[in-house]
Amino acid sequence: MTPLLEARGVMRVLPGPVPVTLVRDIHFSVQPGEFIAITGPSGSGKSSLLYLLGLLDVPTSGSIYLEGRETSKLGRNELAELRLKKLGFVFQFHFLLPEFSVLENVMLPMRKLGARSDSLMRARAAEILDELGLTPEARKTPDQLSGGQRQRVAIARALANDPLIILADEPTGNLDTKNGRIVFDIFKRLAEQNRQTVITVTHDPHLSEHTQRQIHLVDGSIAGTEHPALV
Amino acid sequence: MWLPLEIALTHLRNRKRQTLVSVLGVAMGVGFFIAMAALMQGFHVYFVSKVIDVWPHVVIKDEYRSAPLQPAQRLFSDGVVMLRGLKPRDELRGIKDAATEIAALNRRSDLTAAPTLRAQVFLRYGSKDVSATLVGIEPEQERRVSHLENDLIAGNLNALHTAANGIILGDGVAKKAGAVMNDTLSVTSPAGVILKMKVVGIFRTGITPIDNLESYALLKKVQILQDRPNVINQIRIRLSDVNQAHSIAKSIEARLGYRTESWEETYENILSIFVIQNGIMYSTVSAILIVAAFGIFNIISTVVHEKTRDIGILKSIGFEERDIRHIFLIEGLLVGLVGTLLGWALGYGLTRMLGAIRIHNEGFITAEGFILHYTIIHYLIAGGFAILSATFAAWLPARKAARLNPVDIIRGAA
Repeated sequence: MTPLLEARGVMRVLPGPVPVTLVRDIHFSVQPGEFIAITGPSGSGKSSLLYLLGLLDVPTSGSIYLEGRETSKLGRNELAELRLKKLGFVFQFHFLLPEFSVLENVMLPMRKLGARSDSLMRARAAEILDELGLTPEARKTPDQLSGGQRQRVAIARALANDPLIILADEPTGNLDTKNGRIVFDIFKRLAEQNRQTVITVTHDPHLSEHTQRQIHLVDGSIAGTEHPALV
Repeated sequence: MWLPLEIALTHLRNRKRQTLVSVLGVAMGVGFFIAMAALMQGFHVYFVSKVIDVWPHVVIKDEYRSAPLQPAQRLFSDGVVMLRGLKPRDELRGIKDAATEIAALNRRSDLTAAPTLRAQVFLRYGSKDVSATLVGIEPEQERRVSHLENDLIAGNLNALHTAANGIILGDGVAKKAGAVMNDTLSVTSPAGVILKMKVVGIFRTGITPIDNLESYALLKKVQILQDRPNVINQIRIRLSDVNQAHSIAKSIEARLGYRTESWEETYENILSIFVIQNGIMYSTVSAILIVAAFGIFNIISTVVHEKTRDIGILKSIGFEERDIRHIFLIEGLLVGLVGTLLGWALGYGLTRMLGAIRIHNEGFITAEGFILHYTIIHYLIAGGFAILSATFAAWLPARKAARLNPVDIIRGAA
């Protein structure tokens, strides 16, 4: 079976007078419905790897396959289209557009995709917000929300176009334990119930141990893979 | 609503003051352009239409554009010949065989020609001597080549026939001499002839040099005054299509050899002032619009800088470079567009205001107030230039925004 996402010999070097190797020699593959944590100390290249997997960045050598398709030869617009249709991002900071309401923020990716009518998009956005318990907040703007609520809105937006993979970069980094827990439960549910793949960067061992697989990075390369859920 | 447009509007709404300043900058550029263009072109158009109305379109004179070649020069046409102390022969002035020429010209369907004798005279009235140009005309023919009759503010053209020695004075000439209708002046010519002439008409064309210098009398009387019986020295021509003046003048000169001037050539020095004037206007107004463009550049650069995070997130969601560029281009375009609309209103208001001002103004055109030229073209030029410069001002920051790398933004923020 073709893996959903596969990295083959991925290396990323930041060019400059002193080139910096962010990640190197990355090999692994991801199946649908997996919940994966990328862990490692600061500066180990966790986020860089996530950006590469999320097609935000392009590897210096090696390639990344999404549904069996090699992505390193695609142009920027094609990558943008893949991100729009297949991927959803959640960052440490919520990154919501401050001038738009919660509902509008969630609708942004749908409107960019333009596959549905306005009323259908509205209905779908409301549905997602409802699943995440944000219905009362739909009309508010981001600055009227708590940190946990904002992060859930960011997840709702990541889910807008029913992505195959949700990529999260320290999604709980700015949240208290309770809200961090909530976010992780949502991810877990998405992976188990919707068969959506979740890849999250975290350095919180309490959270990462609830994932199915942990990819541990040290100095930009994979130091080990654990399957705590299977233990 | 189209998403980039919606985002652009949000950005502008959140920076109301800067947006307003930029819009006003554009509006002022557009408004002043329209007002200045109306003012400047007003005088220009009015002057040209007056000249075309008052002055014959083409004048054939009894002189040659360049002195005839000396025999030595003709013999050594490719050599350098220098002749000193030349004494050119006094030519008998006047257009030779004028009657035949005029008859020939009048057979053409695109023009009418009339003979005149133009000469300097002194008008003496009481204690005043006024020098003037006296133009001898045949009223019946003159009617067909100029609108002198329409410019008469007193008397009429036929009175030249009915009065014994009638003269029609320019408004300015009459004022200088202190003469009014039915006064009798003595007119002295360089040939020494003195005639008592009665003022039977006063004209005002509105073009000061004409009103201050010209007067008219019957051709025959002027010939007597100048002691040049049956001589004429100018053929005045009016064309059915005034735009042909230059080429027709050229072709007539080529055929007859006489210096033949189109009205553009006669008024070349004044027309060239308008060219300079237009240059000043366009550079002034361009400067205003360029300053406005800097304002637009500034606001959009600021927005791009402030919204870097948003750009990163939009790109990570899957927005293409094109979408991002559109957002900021639209912002510039909107500022340009709204500024243009406001500027049109401002320009309209300003021209109305200028039009309402009443002042007595005597340059080479006499007018009570500003002469304005209203045309949609000024609005289109100003608007087009404003929108173009606004879009260009937005283009640079928009391009920069579109090229931002989302990873850099997210790394920087995270």
